[in-house]
Amino acid sequence: MLTLDRLVLTQEGFHLSADWTVPLGQKVGLIGASGAGKSTLLLALAGFVAPTSGRILWDGKDLAQVAPGNRPATILFQDQNLFPHLTIAQNLCLGLSPRLQMTQEMALKIDRALARVGLSGLGLRKPGQLSGGQQGRAALARALLRARPLLLLDEPFAALGPALRAEMLALVAEVAAETQATVMLVSHDPQDIQGFADRTVLVAQGAANAPVETAALFAHPPAALRAYLGEKSPKK
Amino acid sequence: MTAARAIAAGIAALILGSAALLAGQAQTWALLPADLAAVRFTLTQAALSAAASVVLAIPVSRALFRRRFAGRSALIGLMAAPFALPFVVAVLGLLTIFGRSGPVNMALAALGLPPFSIYGLHGVVMANVFFNLPLATRMLLHGWQNIPTERFRLAQSLSMPPSAQFRHLEWPMLRAQTPGILVVIFLVCLTSFAISLTLGGGPKSSTLELAIYQSLRFDYDLGRASLLAIVQFSICAGVTLIASRLTLPDGLGSGLQGFAPMMPAKGWRRSADIVWISLAALYLFAPLCAAMIKGLPGLADLPNGVAAALARSVAVALGSSGLCTGLALCLALAAAQDKNRWIEVAAMLPLAASGLVLGTGLFIALRPVARPEDIALPITLLVNAVLALPFLVRLLLPAARQMNANYGQLAQSLGLSGAARLRYVTVPLLARPIGYGAGLAAALSMGDLGVITLFAGQQGATLPLLVQQLIGAYRMDQAAAVALILVLASFTLFALLDYGARRYADT
Amino acid sequence: MKTTLLAAGLLSLASMAIGETPVLTVLTYDSFTPEWGPGPLIETGFEATCRCDLQFITAGDGAAVLARVKLEGVQSEADVVLGLDTTLTADAAATGLFAPVAAAENTLPVPFSEPNFVPFDWGWFAMVYDSTKLATAPTSFKELAASNLKILIQDPRSSTPGLGLVMWIKAAYGDQAAQIWADLADNIVTVTPGWTEAYNMFLEGEADMVLSYTTSPAYHLIAEGDATKSAALFREGHYLQIEVAGKLAASDQPALADAFLAFLTSDEAQAALITTNWMYPAKTPSSGLPQGFETLIQPATSLLFSSAEAQAARGPAIEEWRTALSK
Repeated sequence: MLTLDRLVLTQEGFHLSADWTVPLGQKVGLIGASGAGKSTLLLALAGFVAPTSGRILWDGKDLAQVAPGNRPATILFQDQNLFPHLTIAQNLCLGLSPRLQMTQEMALKIDRALARVGLSGLGLRKPGQLSGGQQGRAALARALLRARPLLLLDEPFAALGPALRAEMLALVAEVAAETQATVMLVSHDPQDIQGFADRTVLVAQGAANAPVETAALFAHPPAALRAYLGEKSPKK
Repeated sequence: MTAARAIAAGIAALILGSAALLAGQAQTWALLPADLAAVRFTLTQAALSAAASVVLAIPVSRALFRRRFAGRSALIGLMAAPFALPFVVAVLGLLTIFGRSGPVNMALAALGLPPFSIYGLHGVVMANVFFNLPLATRMLLHGWQNIPTERFRLAQSLSMPPSAQFRHLEWPMLRAQTPGILVVIFLVCLTSFAISLTLGGGPKSSTLELAIYQSLRFDYDLGRASLLAIVQFSICAGVTLIASRLTLPDGLGSGLQGFAPMMPAKGWRRSADIVWISLAALYLFAPLCAAMIKGLPGLADLPNGVAAALARSVAVALGSSGLCTGLALCLALAAAQDKNRWIEVAAMLPLAASGLVLGTGLFIALRPVARPEDIALPITLLVNAVLALPFLVRLLLPAARQMNANYGQLAQSLGLSGAARLRYVTVPLLARPIGYGAGLAAALSMGDLGVITLFAGQQGATLPLLVQQLIGAYRMDQAAAVALILVLASFTLFALLDYGARRYADT
Repeated sequence: MKTTLLAAGLLSLASMAIGETPVLTVLTYDSFTPEWGPGPLIETGFEATCRCDLQFITAGDGAAVLARVKLEGVQSEADVVLGLDTTLTADAAATGLFAPVAAAENTLPVPFSEPNFVPFDWGWFAMVYDSTKLATAPTSFKELAASNLKILIQDPRSSTPGLGLVMWIKAAYGDQAAQIWADLADNIVTVTPGWTEAYNMFLEGEADMVLSYTTSPAYHLIAEGDATKSAALFREGHYLQIEVAGKLAASDQPALADAFLAFLTSDEAQAALITTNWMYPAKTPSSGLPQGFETLIQPATSLLFSSAEAQAARGPAIEEWRTALSK
């Protein structure tokens, strides 16, 4: 269970507070205007931004002193998820061994993970030789191998088309189900969120609001969400 | 980070400590009126030389970046050669071309134009450009190569005209890179007294380093020497700090596909590129070739000590290159994360060090514990490594910053650290600047004739010292031949390291 | 006695290993010791009779040698210092580190009376030119200054010949020296940090004349069979450079050091020095000068400040030089 305990994040001209929990295995979407702080919240969970006050807890344990690589989390960034000079197999191997010492057993696991995301036989390619979708799949395959209980997605598929994006999110859902991971997905696209997230966090006006049922949120959007969506007020 | 702090502190101790040791033995403390004039001239010539080198390096490196032609790689590699030349050989090469009876003046005479004299401030700048243009070009070339291919593709797909491409893609890179390069070259020129004096035309072209030399060698005025050294440090530290405040990140992000040339512009831009590359090649290689050709006749009649001197020089160069690369990598990685920039400043300090003050300080410090002759080579190795450190840190730092910006979080989130991170991330991503830097350090060490003259005994001569001794004995042909061997050896070392790393980075 | 032996033993562990051979350490400039220099001949010659091991340690040039003596003081392991010249001897003697030595017979063109030093070779400074390019050379600095000839000189602040030239003009012209320098300013192509740069640039044709020694043409004639280089004979006389050796008072081998200084003026050592250092011998050997030396110019007047005068004149003369040429 992920607990944000009176968490406050401050950066230049920016302030965000959050105080809620997410149970294990839940898929949470984060939606809100650009610059509202969705990515910053994810970076804080991954260990790249230190809280100004409050705590981030995983299963009751404070993560403040835990280095990013040792957190129970895998993060996929908007880009630069793969090292361009390493092969896909090596990039995946980093999920199993940060020392990149590949054993026979690991090679098998990597092959299985690649097959699982539909990249069989591409292990010796370099990232530059893959399409954007394939790169996303490779990064997901590594998340699969890392099998951390918290999967943080910072719009990693923003560059892909809607169909491909939906496909990737379906794959994420499968991966999450297999690893029983809690997923936090940042997206600009309400359709992505609606199609993927059980619950949704609205990030607006300096606060990341507690997650609510996605369907309910979109059925009765608060003013901030309406402004973001740019829709006319729903018909009464 | 801790290791880097320790190294930075060690360097500061070595550089400042050597001046302090001199000061400790001083009896009087006074500067001469001539010293003030020397400070003025030193600053003028260093500023002009740095500006000229960088301004010329911009079109040359840009042309090299966007054109592909046979021999391009060799040309880029050969550009390190001037660095390895002993000063006197380089000056003779320049004089062969620009001197009183050189081709330039013959052509002028044939055209009925007045002769060109290389002596004066402009000659000092020309010689400094000869030594430093290659360095500036290579540093900028790295900058150009680090602009992500995707950005150029984007620009082309948007039909950005070359001027807009320059403004939006290339200018930010130049804005980020040039202050650092200017500083390095400014500081190199700050301490080069032989060039200024030889080509400067008279005592009005005296530099601080000459004043230090005079006070140490002839007047044995240790107080004045250490005062002058402190003035030199202050200038260095001030300039480095100012420049580091001016340095901005280029904000270009990174791409996945390594580098590929931008679509080469056609028409007059193509001709302009060809002209720039040809002029640079001619300016650098004509004097170099002249110096080397002079060496050919003497090859038949080499002194016996050449092989041993060559072995010593190569051993010292390799050792010093390895040490320097390790230290520089450590410092650059730490400096890339250091917001206070004091590691960066410490890494630049050796540029301000007078070789003579450093050597004399070490001599005073080590004399009680060891015979100078016995430690001549290890000390030379150490000092050469330290003196080359600023170049390497300057080369590695932008690449390290960019690496951190692009892959720092990814590596951290995967728990990559220590030796594994070094091996699988840092070294592959920084292979180009590491290889070039290691090659440069080796070449600098090969050509250096500083500390060795203070420590070398009867049996310890390195190649540059041998050249100096041969000239001193009127043996010009042999000296030219040994200089040729020196250039070839040092270029081979450079090429192996540089080319090897480029091959490694490209696979 | 015991302490001397102990010190000698500690200082020469290497030689201890091969026996009880005493070691004589000579500090000299670094162009003395290469295979083509005088060092190897001197070493072989002296070791043949001394039953000792002669070892050289080196520092850049004469000035660097003195700087090292001062740096090391009484801790120097050197017994003999070789290669100071007469502009440096007053300074060297004032350190109190040198011991008096026995005067040796000499054939110098001027009387020599410095109790701490033995001269081993000497030369006259001269402007050297290429006789195939310059038919008639000037015969004085005034004539040179009035001509359009281009000359290369060395910086007196970093080079002994450069300092020699400043002394030369001071000795010849006294109060008029500043005027001579002002008149020479437009003849000077450039001022180099050391002799090597200037001489090399002269050989490359960068100037008509270069400051060197009257003996420089002898090298080209004897070693290269090239008779084109000549030295210009100046009416006002030529300044001398006398190179000397001395014994350090703290030496642990004073007897060997004395023997070495005596050997230095022997026929064998003197003959070796002529064609390795390309200077005149301090005492002409019985075999005379090598063939070719008779073609060299013979100045009628030799100029030389006493070491005390030289020490006093140096600072002001350099400042005079700098001021005149900085305009």
